[in-house]
This record gives sequence, C-alpha cells and structure tokens, in this order.
Amino acid sequence: MTGSFGSSRSVQAPDVAAPVGAPAAPAGTAVASKGATAQVPTAGTISSKGAAGDGRPSYDLALVRADFPVLAQTVHGRPLIYLDNAASSQKPRAVIEAVAGCYRDYYANVGRGVHRLAQLATAGRERARETVRAFLGAATAEEIVFVRGTTEAINLVAQSYGRGRRTGLAAGDEVLVTAMEHHSNLVPWQLLCEERGASLRVVPIDRRGELDLAALRRLLSPRTRIVAVTHVSNVLGTINPVAEIADLVHRRAAVLLVDGAQAAPHLTVDVAMLGCDFYAFSGHKVYGPSGIGALYGRAELLAAMPPWQGGGGMIETVRFEGTTYAPPPQRFEAGTPNIEGAIGLAAALDYLTNLGLNAVAVWEGRLLQRAAERLSAIPGVQLVGSARERAGVLSFLVEGVHPHDVGTVLDGLGIAVRAGHHCAQPLMEVLELPATTRASFGLYNTLDEVEALAAAVERVREVFA
Amino acid sequence: MSGGFGELQDLYGEVILDHNRRPRNFGRLPGASHSAVGHNPLCGDRVEVTLRVEDGRIEEIAFEGVGCAISTASASMMTEALRGKSLAEARCLFERFHALVTGAPTAGGGEVPELGKLAAFAGVGEFPMRVKCATLAWHALQSALASGAATAPPRPAAAPGAGSGPEPEPAAGSAPGGPRRGSSNADNGGASGGR
Repeated sequence: MTGSFGSSRSVQAPDVAAPVGAPAAPAGTAVASKGATAQVPTAGTISSKGAAGDGRPSYDLALVRADFPVLAQTVHGRPLIYLDNAASSQKPRAVIEAVAGCYRDYYANVGRGVHRLAQLATAGRERARETVRAFLGAATAEEIVFVRGTTEAINLVAQSYGRGRRTGLAAGDEVLVTAMEHHSNLVPWQLLCEERGASLRVVPIDRRGELDLAALRRLLSPRTRIVAVTHVSNVLGTINPVAEIADLVHRRAAVLLVDGAQAAPHLTVDVAMLGCDFYAFSGHKVYGPSGIGALYGRAELLAAMPPWQGGGGMIETVRFEGTTYAPPPQRFEAGTPNIEGAIGLAAALDYLTNLGLNAVAVWEGRLLQRAAERLSAIPGVQLVGSARERAGVLSFLVEGVHPHDVGTVLDGLGIAVRAGHHCAQPLMEVLELPATTRASFGLYNTLDEVEALAAAVERVREVFA
Repeated sequence: MSGGFGELQDLYGEVILDHNRRPRNFGRLPGASHSAVGHNPLCGDRVEVTLRVEDGRIEEIAFEGVGCAISTASASMMTEALRGKSLAEARCLFERFHALVTGAPTAGGGEVPELGKLAAFAGVGEFPMRVKCATLAWHALQSALASGAATAPPRPAAAPGAGSGPEPEPAAGSAPGGPRRGSSNADNGGASGGR
C-alpha cells in the first residue's frame, strides 16, 4: 500500500448534506426500497407497481414515440420493435436538432480563440457540463470530465488514479470487481493490475444474480485500493446496492468506481446519495450521441490525479523542460473534444429530465414486469437472473434454440434484440451459458411491443419444434 | 406472411433444421490425422473438426461443439459433403460454399451444382450477420488442413493468416502454439445451452 491517500481517508464517504442542485429525486415513487439499504429511489425496478393507471406511462407515449423518427420505420415489412436499448438507444429529435444546430449555427473549436463562434461553442459545451452535473447530482461542474463513453471513463481512472504518484497501486494491492461486470469494467483493471503487480479479486454473485455482499465484506481488506462495480448489470438487470457498497468500501479507505452505463437511462442517479467516488456513463445509452460520455470524480480525487493523455487543452504552461497541467476537468480532456456530442448529450439529459426519470423508470419497470410474466409463461423459456431489484434488461433462453437463432427469427418479425455474451464472458461462464437472448426496454416501448415479443418467442418455438 | 418471415423460412429450411436437430458425424474421431478448433469470439460458438486424411483424401471426418442452428447444420452437412473427397475437391467446395453464403458471384458464374445439399445455405446471403456461423466449421477445417498432417494425437491448429472474405469472419484455431482449449471460455459451456 502506498502512502497515498491519507487525505481521502479522512474525507471518506461523503456523508454529504444534500447535494447542491441535485435533480430532485421525486419522492414517493414506487419502489419498495428495502429498509436496510440506503439505495437511491430506484423507481422502476421490476417490483414496482406504480405505473399510472392501466398500462400507460404518465407521459404521452404516442407523442414521445413521435419524437423518435427512427421508430416510424418497418423492418422486413413489419413495424420496427426496438428492444435493444441496453446496447444503444434511439435519439429524439431534440438531440438530433441540438447536434445539427451546433454544426449549423455556432460550431468552432472550444476553449481557445476569441472570436464569436468559439465563445458560443465553448459556452454550449460548458452548459452541457453543468447539465451533466445536475443530472448526476455532483457538487460542482469541475467534477465532470467529458469522455468518449463509459469505457474511456473507466480507463481514465485506471490509468490516471491507478498509476498516479500519490494515488497509484503498488505491488500487493488489490482491485475488486464483481462477477457481473461488462468487459469494460474488467479489462482496464486487469491491465492495471498486471502492470503494477496488484491482484484482481472477484466478488461472486448468488443464484438470483445478486451480488454476494457477505463475500464482498470478506474480500475487502487493507490491501483493497479500488472497487469497481456496475450499478445495473447489462445481462441480468440486477441493481446493485451502491450506497451500501460505498459504505463498506470507504471503511477500508478504498475508492469506489461505479459503471453507470446501464443505470443512467433507467434510474435517478445521485452520486452524493450513492456515495461513490467515481461514476461513469455513456451518452448513447441515454438517448444521446455516441462517442460522448461523462466521468464524475470526487473533486479531491481528481485534483490528486495526474493527466493520462497529453496534448492541447489540458495544460497550464508548456516548456521543453516541463509542463504544468490544468486543473480538473480540463487536465483529463486533452485534444479537441467531441463538442457537438456534449451538446447533444445535454439535450438528451434535458429530454429525460423533462419526461421525469421516475416516470420513465416506473414505466420501464412495468414493461419489464409484463415481459417477465409473458415470457416465463411460455413453455421452454427460462429467464436468466431473478434479482429482487432489476432494471432495463431481460435475458432469456429458449430451450433447444441457440440465442442467435432466436435473435434472427425475432429480427425477421421486426423485433430487434441482442443475442450473445453481451461483453460479459466471465459472467456467462459463471452462469454456465454460452449466450443469452436479451430484450431491453426504453422509455418509448409499449405494452403492445411486449406482447409482440412474447408472440414472436412462441413463433421461435414453432420454427424449431 | 411477410417477406421477413419468408426470408426466415429460406434461412431455416427443412434440411438445415433437420441437421440442427440430428447432427451427423457428431463427436471426435479417434486417431484423427488433422484437427482444429474454430471459435467465434463474438458469440462464443465453438466447433472442433477432426478428420483422417489418407493419400490426400478425406477418409473420415467428424465435428463436435456448441453453436447455433446455422453453424451446427453447416458443420454437420460439411462432414457429409466431404467424406471421400480429395483435399483439392474440399478446397474447391469451400470456395463455392463461401461464395454462396456471402452472395458473391462464383468464379465460373452461374450454377453451383456440385454443392448439392449445401445449396440449402443460400438463404444465409440475406443475413450477413450469420455468414460467420455458416463458415465456422469450414474455417476450422481449413485451419486443420493448413496445419499439416499431425502425427499422433490431434493438435490445435494455428490460425491461418488468411481471412479471405470481406465480411467479418471468425478466427479458426487459436494462437500458434496455444494449448488446445486454453484460449477460450467455450469449453466448459459445452454441456448446457446449444443443443
């Protein structure tokens, strides 16, 4: 253990008094949050029963669908039913327009140049940073680093925090991940551990697909430096109790990184309430552009971290003898950034916030619950994962039929799903499955689409009977 | 019934469904002279092809593995089509088969009569994402033959340098010198799932 993070130990677990300007987590929404955990209200979990009335969300579904031009098409002569939202979600006009508007009206490089367009573009991007701050409930916009996506965010933390003079890992240190991680929250840590002579430990999951918290407690030790956990599993849909995990991690004076790629579209995220040190998510899964995402990092941690990429925009003064670096977040944003992407991301977050994340979550919980009921009633269909708190995705198997064949038949019926290992090969190994079929829901999906999914799965069984 | 489902019926024709249900020549040949494991890292499908070549002719051939209907049927029908064929004939058949499933024009143009039952895979051309499933076993075969006659027990084949087609295709075999099965997670999934 390096002497590093003395300071972080004392600052640990920000028992923060309500974050400034956090997106008000609307009270009273469904979710039987289990008393013990300080879980952020996870409105739309599968157990929720709070959808407005009879099978409709509290927003106007027809109007919302009309906001997404791509949904109006047919595929193989049938209306497109898009149930691959966990891979990437579709874009509303507001996002398309924000990106096009930036190109059309005020595009220029940011952060330099005194001319009018440069000022407008810079202001647009910094407004976007503020939007992300509010979306995540971070204290200040300086805690928000723009990145290409969740993968880059995690690599940034691994390569910067993990190798920093004051923060880096030493031989014998440990990084904990879980058995349900996406490759992007596993491989960066393997690379880091290999380089530093540290060890990677894996927290197992139970039969339901929930994290084994007792095992986590056992695995946490004074050697533990970093714990990296997904907020929502992209295969099982499991919502992990991040706040509870953060508490355990901070007692060991380690830091907690949360992969929020699958959570951000479905749950109200509030990093202060979660108590995590880093939180990463991608724009393209929250109805924004691809190639843009954000990393939240606690201010003291970012301040202690060295740059991870060098270039323009991240420096203070540059001399041949040496360079001093800009403060966060610019320190981590070398090179011309994805300007229009950040602006599009802000438009997407505004869109989500305007609909109300809780309304969205409640509706998606409804869709998920209906889909689970319908699919599990089909003979030979087995759902994969039965965590008590779930969001977003439903993985399933059709007896005797390979998931790829399921996916192809569904595609022939106009239904887009994902089939494969979902970039979580170690998890598939734990589950002893080569692959699953995964339907994943978004704010624009309908109960009729769930019925069509169920009918199509019946059709799969007929084809391969 | 829409065009979409019509295409599906072309893809999953009776012959293919039959070979998926009852794969022929399934298992590992004892005393094989050549073998290779084909692995599709994108979907976890894995097929092992073992064969016995004598005097430049495929005397016996078998396959084993876990995969989708397309890759299973393709492997099964490949073993049927190749038994008794010379290595040159096998190569030629693979070229024709490859052209068929990628929708590429065949060298001679026109019909491909020698494909016989393998023509059932013509529907794959409409599903570019599935081309790699249909060719997995064939790539493993190619890899096995490229590795040369192995004396003694079958050994893992080195991945051939050629990716030949323009579409993404699976790597057959594993890194040269890698241990048989060491390279993937597919092995212990064999019992469940696929079949």
